[in-house]
This record gives sequence, C-alpha cells and structure tokens, in this order.
Amino acid sequence: MGTQLLQDKDRIFTNLFGHHDPGLDGAKQRGCWNGTNEILQQGRDWIIDQMKASGLRGRGGAGFPTGLKWSFMPKEVGARPHYLVVNADESEPGTCKDREIMRHDPHLLIEGCLIASFAMQAHACYIYLRGEYVTERLALEKAVKEAYEAKLIGDDNVHGWDFHVYVHHGAGAYICGEETALLESLEGKKGQPRLKPPFPANAGLYGCPTTVNNVESIAVAGTILRRGAQWFSSFGRERNVGTKIFSISGHVNKPCNIEEAMSIPMKTLIETHAGGVRGGWDNLKAVIPGGSSVSLLPKDICDDVLMDFDALQAHKSGLGTAAVIVMDKSTDVVKAIARISYFYRHESCGQCTPCREGTGWMWRVLTRMAAGESTIEEIDMLLDVAGQVEGHTICALGDAAAWPVQGLIRHFRGEIEERINNYRAGKPVFVSQVAAE
Amino acid sequence: MSDDLRKIIVDGEEVEVPNSFTLLQAAEAAGREIPRFCYHERLSVAGNCRMCLVELVGAPKPAASCAMQVRDMRGGPNGEPPAMNTLSPMVKKAREGVMEFLLINHPLDCPICDQGGECDLQDQSVTYGRTGSRFPENKRAVEDKEMGPIVKTEMTRCIQCTRCVRFITEVAGVPEIGMIGRGEDAEITTYLEQAVTSELSGNVIDLCPVGALTSKPYAFNARPWELKKTETIDVMDAVGSNIRVDNRGPAVLRILPRVHEGVNEEWISDKTRYAWEGLSKQRLDKPYVRENGKLRAASWGEALGVAAEKLSGDASKIGMIAGDLCSAEEMKAAKDLADALGVTSIDCRQDGAKIGGGARQEYLFNGTIAGIEEADAILIVGANPRTEAAIINARIRKTWLHNDTQVGVIGEPVDLTYDYEHVGTSAKDLAGLKKKRSGFIKILKDAKRPMIILGAGALTGEDGGAILRAAGDLAASVGAVSEDWNGFSVLHTAASRVAGLDLGFLPGEGGQDTTGMLSGGMDTVVLLGADEIDMAKLDGAFVIYVGSHGDAGAHRADLILPGAAWTEQDGIFANTEGRVQLAFRSVFPKGEAKENWAIFRALSDRLNKTLPYNNLVELRQKLFADTPVLGGIDHAPGAEGAAEFDAKSIGTDGEVGDTPLGSAVSNFYFTNPIARASEALAACAALNDAPAAVAAE
Repeated sequence: MGTQLLQDKDRIFTNLFGHHDPGLDGAKQRGCWNGTNEILQQGRDWIIDQMKASGLRGRGGAGFPTGLKWSFMPKEVGARPHYLVVNADESEPGTCKDREIMRHDPHLLIEGCLIASFAMQAHACYIYLRGEYVTERLALEKAVKEAYEAKLIGDDNVHGWDFHVYVHHGAGAYICGEETALLESLEGKKGQPRLKPPFPANAGLYGCPTTVNNVESIAVAGTILRRGAQWFSSFGRERNVGTKIFSISGHVNKPCNIEEAMSIPMKTLIETHAGGVRGGWDNLKAVIPGGSSVSLLPKDICDDVLMDFDALQAHKSGLGTAAVIVMDKSTDVVKAIARISYFYRHESCGQCTPCREGTGWMWRVLTRMAAGESTIEEIDMLLDVAGQVEGHTICALGDAAAWPVQGLIRHFRGEIEERINNYRAGKPVFVSQVAAE
Repeated sequence: MSDDLRKIIVDGEEVEVPNSFTLLQAAEAAGREIPRFCYHERLSVAGNCRMCLVELVGAPKPAASCAMQVRDMRGGPNGEPPAMNTLSPMVKKAREGVMEFLLINHPLDCPICDQGGECDLQDQSVTYGRTGSRFPENKRAVEDKEMGPIVKTEMTRCIQCTRCVRFITEVAGVPEIGMIGRGEDAEITTYLEQAVTSELSGNVIDLCPVGALTSKPYAFNARPWELKKTETIDVMDAVGSNIRVDNRGPAVLRILPRVHEGVNEEWISDKTRYAWEGLSKQRLDKPYVRENGKLRAASWGEALGVAAEKLSGDASKIGMIAGDLCSAEEMKAAKDLADALGVTSIDCRQDGAKIGGGARQEYLFNGTIAGIEEADAILIVGANPRTEAAIINARIRKTWLHNDTQVGVIGEPVDLTYDYEHVGTSAKDLAGLKKKRSGFIKILKDAKRPMIILGAGALTGEDGGAILRAAGDLAASVGAVSEDWNGFSVLHTAASRVAGLDLGFLPGEGGQDTTGMLSGGMDTVVLLGADEIDMAKLDGAFVIYVGSHGDAGAHRADLILPGAAWTEQDGIFANTEGRVQLAFRSVFPKGEAKENWAIFRALSDRLNKTLPYNNLVELRQKLFADTPVLGGIDHAPGAEGAAEFDAKSIGTDGEVGDTPLGSAVSNFYFTNPIARASEALAACAALNDAPAAVAAE
C-alpha cells in the first residue's frame, strides 16, 4: 500500500512500552523537560497559536481542536482563578492509552500540564484519575513528587510560573469522564453532567474558568512545541493531523498500544502492529474503531478505511479514543453490542429521561434479540428508540449508548433477522462461523 | 448583567425579549406553550426531564429551552437573528420520545392515583403520548419511601424530575430529600426514611408533577373536578398566605397555595395546608349553657338571653378578649357592642403584648415581606420566624442565599435554615447593642437597608414596652427608618392582631388589658375565640365563649355561642405587614353556628343597643368609615409615612430585663384551636416532640 509508517524518531511517547526508566532522569534523557523554559518564554499567545497551528484535535474522543479550546479561556484573570483539569478518567471500554502514559511517561504529562496551565494562566492543575487506576496513580504521584523536588513545578520553581499539580482519585464511574460530571465529582458532589452553556471555560471548577483536557492531548503539548507545529501537522491528512496512540484489542494476535500517524489505514494498523486478525484478515467480522461508544464497522469498510476523525465519521462511526476493538467471525455481534448496551445502562447517571429510561430499554431488547426472542418489527422499533435517545440528553452518554445500537442495525440487520427466524424455526440461533481456536 | 433586548424568531415570528430570558420564557413571550416537568420558575434549573426541547435553527440537536438563555443563541451565518422552532416535526418527535420514555416505567395507574385530573404527566401525554405502548418488558417498581404524616409516596410513579429535591434543598433549607442510585435505579428518597424536618414540607406535594408525592390526609378523598374552589386567605399565622380552599358539599377537603408575589410567593406552611382537617373536628355546633358544672345544649334564644343578662351588669366588670383568628368584622361588631354597653376592658392581644395604640408603623412589619429581599442586613429580635411565620423565614433564607444578606439574632440560637450571627440572648443585649462599635452593629450601620424584625412574643413581659422602645431606638440609630425605607418590622403571630390594633380593640378609658382581666375581679368575660390565655386566671368570672372549636375556652366557658370558622364566613384580615386581604366563605357554619359578627348583632338587639348594621355590607361600610386603613385591600403600606415615624420614642420608657428572649410559638403545629384539632398536624407535632430515633449500635 506504500503507507509510510511512523518512524521511531517521530514518536512522542518514546517509553510507551515501559522499557525504560519512567522517572525524571529517564524522562529527561528522552527529551522531556528540555527547553520548557524557552517555550514558556515565548509567551502564552505564541503557545496557543502554535497549538492551533499544530492542528491537534482533542484525544479524549470528541476531537475538539485543543488550541482553540485553550483560547476560549478569559484573556485576563479576573476575580476567579483559572484551572486546568486533566481528564484521566479513562473508562471507555477498549481504551488504555492514558494508562500507559501515566505509567511510563508521566513527566510528559506533567510538563504538558505546566505548559497548558501557563498558557491559560492557571496556577493549579487537577488530574482526575479513574478509580481503578491505582498503579497509575502511584506512578503519577511519584513523578509529581520528583518534579516538585526538582523544582520543576511548585512555588518558586525554575520555570518562574507558580504551579501546583493535584492528583485526584475518582471512584470509577464512567460518567465522571464526561467533563462537567468530572468537575462535579472533583468538587465533591455526585458525578452528574452539568447543563451547557455555561461551558467550563466560563464557569467550570468551583464556578471558575476551567479547561478540561484529555491526558494525551496535554502530554503531547511539550513535544509539539519543542519540535514545532509544522512537524506535528506533517503526519496524517488535513484536519486529522499528528500522531496518536491506538489501543488495539480483541481478536488480534498481539493486542497492543501503539503510537502511529493519524490517517493510517486500519488494515495496515492492525496487520503491522497487532500481528493481524486472528485467523487472517479474511476472518474479520467487524471492528469498533474508537472505543465502545462508536458504531462498529463491517469488514468491507475496514478493508480500506483510514483511521482518522473524518474518514470514520464518513462511515457514521468515529475515531473516538482510537480504541480499536477487533472482532473475528467467531463473534456474536448482537450479543457483543447487547453487552455494550448493558454497560451504558449500568453507567447512565439517571439524571435525564432519555438516557435513564432509554439505555435500559435498548439493553433489554438487544438481550432478547441476541437470543432470537424478538420480532422483525422490533428491529425498527429499536432503531427508533435509539434515535429518541440520541441528541436529546444533557451529555453525550446518551449518544454513546445509541450509536453502537444504530451501527449494529445498520450493518448487521440481516444477522438479527436470521437469528429471529432461526429462533422461530426452532433452530440454533447463532452458530459461530469459525470455530474458536 | 446586561438585560438588553434581543430580536429572535420563534416559529417564524419575530419577538424581542431580554437577553437574560431562557428560551422557554422567550417562547412563552411569543405565546407558545412549552411542556415541562422538571422546570419550575422558583427553583434552580435542572434541565433533566428533556420535555421542553426546542429546535434551534442551524443546530444539529434540539436544546432544553428551560436551561438555555437567549444570550447564548447563535444567529444565522449572514447576521440573521437567531431562530427557534417550538412546533416543528423535530420538536414534536423529540418530545414524543421523552414522553414515551417517561411512560415506559410509569405504572399508568391513573384510576387509583390521587394526582389524576391535575397531573402534568397525564395532561401532557394527551398531546405527546402514543396510543399504545411499545415496551413489552417488565416495568420498574420502586419501593415507597416513608416521608412522614403529610407526604404519601408512590415512588414507582416518580419521573425523577428532582423538583422536590430542589425545593427542600433550596427553599426549605433542609437537604433531607435527594436522589440515590444512578441510571434506571435512581430513586428519590429521604435517605433515612423519615419525615422532612421542615414546616414547608407539604409544598413538595404541589410541586410533584406526577402522583409520586401526594397528600396523605387527602388520600382517596376526592377528584379535583368534584371540588368547589374558593380563593381566600390563611389565618394560621400573621402572614396572610393566599390560599385556595377546596370543598365538596359541607366538607373542606384540602387547602392549596395561590400565588402572591408580595406574600407567600407560591408556598404555604404545613399548618396552613392541613388546618382543614381541624375544621371538621371538635366543632361547636350548638349553643351550650353550663348547669351544675356541666354544659347543656341550649337554644339560641335561651343562650342569647343568658348572655344579655350577664352583659347588662356592671360595665366596669365586663371584659372582652379577642383571639388570634378573628376577622376584622367580628371584632368591629364586638367592639361596637362594648362601646354601646360602656365596656372599656377589651383587648385583642390575648398574649398580653405591650404594643398598639400609637401610629400604625409602631406595630406593622414595615419592611414588608417582599422587602426582605431588599434588606442587606437583618436583625431578628425575640422571634423564631421559622415557627412563627415559616413563609417569612423562607424569604429570609432566599435573600440570604441569593443576595448575601447578613442575618443576626437576639434570642434563642435555633436552627433557622440559614447562617446567622448570634448577637445576644436577652433584651439587655438588644438595648446594649447600640453602644457597641464592632460586630453586628457595624453591619447594621453599614447596611443600606437594615431591617429589625421584632417578634411580638418578645413584648409580652413586664418590660414589653421597654423592649419595643429599645428596638425602635436601635432601628432609628442604625438608619433603618428613612424616607423610602422602613426596616422596623414587627412580626406578629396572630392573623387577627393587626386589624384588631387598627380598629382599636384595646382597653379604653379605665379599662383593663388582658393581663388585668386575668388578675381576677371580672364578673363577665367574653372570649372571642380566645383560647391561648390561662383560663385558671379568669377566676370566678362568668365566661361567654364565642367561637368555633371546643378547646380551652369552651372547656372553661359558662356559656357557649357557636361561631363560624374562618372558612365559613367572609372576613377581612390584615397581615403583619398591614396588608388588608379578604377571606371568603367556602362552606356554611356547622350546625346551628352563626357568623360571628351576627352573634354580636343579635346580642345587641337583646340588650336594646341594636348595632347599626343589618348585614355584612353595612358593617363593612361602618368599619371602613371608622377605620379607613382597613379599606385599602391588598395594600402593604411599607415605607409610607416613614419620614414622620419617630421610631426611637415608641413603646415606654423603662429598664429591660435580662431574661432570655423566647419565641411566641413553642409548638408550631399547635398554635390555635383549629390546628390543634387537626390529626395530621398532631401527628407532625408528635414527630417533632419525639426524641430523635437513633439506630441501635
């Protein structure tokens, strides 16, 4: 195919696999904390302009341009302090990229926090970790301690910008990964999304101007500014530039996290880095390209689709967190999506009606469908219900619950119908097309 | 915040609305009706029911109109004004979707639900509901929660709108209702399964848009369309809450609030709400004469004869005490009769408060209830507004919450649902406050609109007059009385009090006040619904009780003339602000009972001192002629005449005592004979008195 793979010299996360020292010395050897002072001396406008020029889109799933987000913060600090909040509540099923950053390259994150906070005139940064990330918290806390001791952060640090990092451990609710629910949780309240507007840049943590960024978006900032926006935007397609960590899991021979250039063909990504689909590419049934909340794609689309925001959106799916979940032909996709539906039913906060009631309804119908105990008409009804949830909720969890269901019906309606017919005919409802190894 | 007008397009129609409006308000301004469940204009915006979705032209998703402001709308790409559609197919579909979701787990048990007929869910499902259900699964059932003697729960009906949670947290100030669990398993609960410790808890019944929270005493009693509705005034306290009395035939079945921005907004206290239960119990329905120590039923003719005989005795040994629930008309009739008989020992202050007789500003809540929101510093003296006027307490909490108002208290350090500085406990602290230089006095002096709330209960002691003087003096010295602001505010607890003081139901030349009449030496005492006095002190007097309920007064009485309760006659009441309001008859008096003014009119005939009015209209004409202020319906004078008001010389000169100032109300639920006859309120009182239950360890 002639695709140029990302070369080692262009990797941002050079210790993604944890082969080297994650500590401060190791990080410095890999270039972290190098020239941070010079970056800061360029001024906050330069930093934000560079971030905009780099074309970095948020790595948490929604893909909002990071530099633009930073520029939404008030230009002057008024009566209310500014805050940076880093969303490390990585709970999207299939996603484990931030985990590796915090374990093996925590200093990139801390450096990014400093730069981002400086650019937004924040003196405090909160890193909200998901409850299950205990090892990661310990690793991160260790790195924070090292940075304090080395006077890289803290009061009167070598960078001349008083800055504190607080690592906050959540309790493991998926919804707390939604930025406003995260803020509520951070404030000590029940993690329920807030109404927007006002957006966090206007009234966020404790009602103060706040920017919430994903771990990866912040961790790449230092390297982007060191190597230049041009360098970063030289990877991938227009509007979909840069490098990105992909988490590949499921029916592949070697599940892995890998940093690659954006817009890499999905097939290349899976075959080159994950050792290919179990049983060969032709044994592929479907791929969920961006974490459980995006629509799955059948093999014929996967054959040539590019891994970036726009290409996947064109197929009514999305890059999401770039968590590639591969399913081979032994997979019962209906059951798989039913399980995902269960997840959303379980994680819905219960605040607003469509999500509270709709997620449970979809799960129940899908569970019956997976067993064939349904009717053909119910497929359209399910699609209608998913449409009633999508776009009608306070936060995006409703959408996230609806998309996998919509994707299933879009691409595998025939399989559902067959199953229903089999059940009615007294035949086994699902027979794995390829025996599991 | 700028409140500039902005031009927007609602369903193709151009309207100009303030920037601060929500889309819902803007749509209403354009004459559109937006369905809603969670939104309530007096509570914070939750935006969780999603029923009020509207289409923003150009936006991919519909927006919750209750939560978004006009200022946040985006115009078209070529500078067109922002547009929203409230009637488009997209909106209809979105709302139908929400309605379907709300109904899938709703039991649809309308035939046995008390909310039926006045249920938002029922009403809106007519427009947005499907004809049939597409949900074949089992419905969710939720365990009912114990919420005390007032609120009946049927939590399976709950749609998690959180209005009750927001009311209890924000308005009532006791965060005892909340939502636990998440997703489908989210439940509204009182956490500990107990009654909410608020005097306003009944309002959650009105707020609940479905039948999850209904009224326990009213359960299965009636359907709303069977009831006759009478818009009237409450008399349980001196607030004068605007209420609606619903009756079916002779029975009052429930009391609901009406909106009055100046008085009760749209809340009422639990006592107001459940007084109706007392209207059917302990009633005096025929005249009684005491014979050989026992009360015997008598005819009106006989009873009036006995009364006339007793009242034609030595006028200096005859007294009259008016109670807390009297209308102005009946006090007027009683006073006119007393005047005709030469009786000067009359008093409308059965608590013995040393107030009244002077200018009207001396005894009014001059700051006004709505004015509380303008005050920037409030000193509460000798009052517990939470029990004496729960609605006023909610106002104080509101301004404390939203306007950063500072509150200080001299008296008992009770829980008022807001933070305050405890400035002192006794009248000595009040009198000494003026001389202090720092602390709360500074806050009062620095305030633009300071308010001194003086509880009438603080004035009942020997030093009552001196305390009144001290409070007025403080008000004057901190600048609480100026041309356009009069922060000197007396908080009364009796609905009848202000009108009584207005028409001069006070001791005349050589007459005794309540304390004097209770010191013995009276031959005949007429108790006009006065039950809160120490009956033992009436000594050997012949007691004529005119009233509606068999309570302390009737128990002591030698002659009972059965009267009407306030729901059974038209009447004029002036609330603590001096706002004159009309109460209307909902049902007829019980049995042989008569309207109270008519009893005095009949008595006057027997005594050959016929009062110059044959009906209520004529009585009112005389009342307004003699006491013009009572003719100004629904007008609170507020700062009128503040410039001429010499606050520092009201009351009497003298030394104030150092006993701690208490509240006039020791038991919120039992302040008058009607409330005491109510089972629901008795149950509330019992809960209140019971020691807090502590789980065994």
